[in-house]
Amino acid sequence: MKRGDLSNLAWGAALLVLAALLPLTGDGYLISLGVTIAMYTVLATSWALFSGPTHYISLATAAFFGVGTYVTGAGIDHLPYWTLLPIAAVVGGVLAALVGLATLRLSGVYFVIFTLGLAEMTRQVVTWYQNKTGHKGTYVLTDLTDNDIYWQLVALAGLVFLIGWAVGRSRLGFALRIIGDDEDVARHVGINTALSKVALFIVSGAVAAVVGAIIAPRYVYIEPSTAFTPMLSFQVVIMALLGGTGRLWGPLVGVIPFTLLWEAISSSFPNQTTLLLGLSFLAIVYLLPGGFVGLWDRVKHRSARRRALA
Amino acid sequence: MTAVVKLSGATKQFGGLVAVDNVSFEVQEHQVLGLIGPNGSGKSTTLNLISGALPVTDGDIALRGREITGLPAREIARKGVARTFQLVRLLPSMNVVENVMAGAVFGHRRRWGASAERHAKHVLETVGIADKARSHVSQLTYIDTKRVELARALAGEPEVLLLDEWLAGLNPTELTEGIDLIHRLRDEGRTIILVEHVMDAIRSLCDACVVMSSGKKIAEGSTEAVLSDPEVIRAYLGDDDA
Ligand SMILES: Nc1ncnc2c1ncn2[C@@H]1O[C@H](COP(=O)(O)OP(=O)(O)OP(=O)(O)O)[C@@H](O)[C@H]1O
Ligand SMILES: [Mg+2]
Repeated sequence: MKRGDLSNLAWGAALLVLAALLPLTGDGYLISLGVTIAMYTVLATSWALFSGPTHYISLATAAFFGVGTYVTGAGIDHLPYWTLLPIAAVVGGVLAALVGLATLRLSGVYFVIFTLGLAEMTRQVVTWYQNKTGHKGTYVLTDLTDNDIYWQLVALAGLVFLIGWAVGRSRLGFALRIIGDDEDVARHVGINTALSKVALFIVSGAVAAVVGAIIAPRYVYIEPSTAFTPMLSFQVVIMALLGGTGRLWGPLVGVIPFTLLWEAISSSFPNQTTLLLGLSFLAIVYLLPGGFVGLWDRVKHRSARRRALA
Repeated sequence: MTAVVKLSGATKQFGGLVAVDNVSFEVQEHQVLGLIGPNGSGKSTTLNLISGALPVTDGDIALRGREITGLPAREIARKGVARTFQLVRLLPSMNVVENVMAGAVFGHRRRWGASAERHAKHVLETVGIADKARSHVSQLTYIDTKRVELARALAGEPEVLLLDEWLAGLNPTELTEGIDLIHRLRDEGRTIILVEHVMDAIRSLCDACVVMSSGKKIAEGSTEAVLSDPEVIRAYLGDDDA
């Protein structure tokens, strides 16, 4: 392990501990905002683990997230809460494996559309099942507070960063970068492209499901239209791209300003949130290819060149 | 002695077009085999069949006597077949040494970490661009992109190397350097299938040639004999390289 790696790890751990101190402020509004930020950080970072290197844009986040909330919804009265998180991970992972095996041979736009369709389909299936059993939604009654939810999400974020860090240093991470650059070359240097992609897709699916399972108690009452809202998938994609997927910390840099803006706008102009989504998208496409991370790299590059010239 | 690569009746059909028509030939250990023929005669398609980029429609392909027909490209790469592409394909987000490492990590002989990097640098020395290891691939000259791709193919220490018009598009100085480089590979005793249009290169590099025309093998034998074969000359007539 190189010295740089150790210092990165130390920095990551320190920031995580700092983040975990937020509930000590006792400020309900801040903590609730913290939950939202932590939730999107985990979702966007795990999304980028797969989509960053491969450039496959997945809109399936809502499907995995929704399935996770329903694991908690269905299980909370029968099983201890702590067992639900690993169950959600397994269910999300299995769903991701199935979707991955079926679709990762598809290229570009077909993959995007399929993942979007998947979220809708899962929602319809759950709705149909609930209608059949005569319920509209499910109550999730626990004594978990916002603090508990926040801490779980921060811990999960730590885990996701650790996974991302390990993958980035592994053969698998290298394989995914090669796949993202040229899939034919990847095959011809001996990479099992399908397996590599599915492996990372499973990780991001499992994580999104666990996030859903953790968040469910916050909703108190869950129904398909909120648990599987396609808006979630779009938000995650936009935040991750806004921050940039070139670095592990990139999505986080997108999540924070986006969430704050979103909160501000939805409290004063509740109908204009879609506009924010659209504008961010335009900003990414026209002003920030590579996101904030890309911008940062360009600035660093330029100042290094200036120093070299001076 | 078993051939390193053996094609038996290899056939590839694209709809109504038979791009490779019942082609058989062998490549022996340490042999440099030229695969030549006019444009569109099926040379690249033949390489694609060997490397597993495309499945055969019919026929068999064997590597050291073991069948590789129908295996995916990654399995064939792992068994020791490496290639370059007619249109150079580098990994645009990576620097030179990472591009070469890509060939060293997952292929025939596998290395990882510092060992892979050391090996990649060593291969870069072999192809003559060790000084550009940290360059980004977008900064390279044309011949250097070809060198990087060749280094990537060599990095897995393949049993057989497939070069698809590796010398095409080089200017006269670069061409001399390029031919020298392949000569060195040949002197190292590598087994190579060389698809090529440059006649000088074919004469000086190839032990034997297989000539294709409209998907069919029309001649094979020692380079001298094949190049003076009237049927081969006829096939090339009208072609710029004749
Ligand atoms: N993937 C494909 N789909 C359909 N037709 C193809 C495909 N690949 C090649 N062909 C056709 O097969 C024939 C042989 O092509 P191939 O590329 O093998 O020729 P070549 O001998 O390599 O020619 P060149 O010297 O121009 O590179 C051509 O008619 C080509 O159009
Ligand atoms: Mg060709």
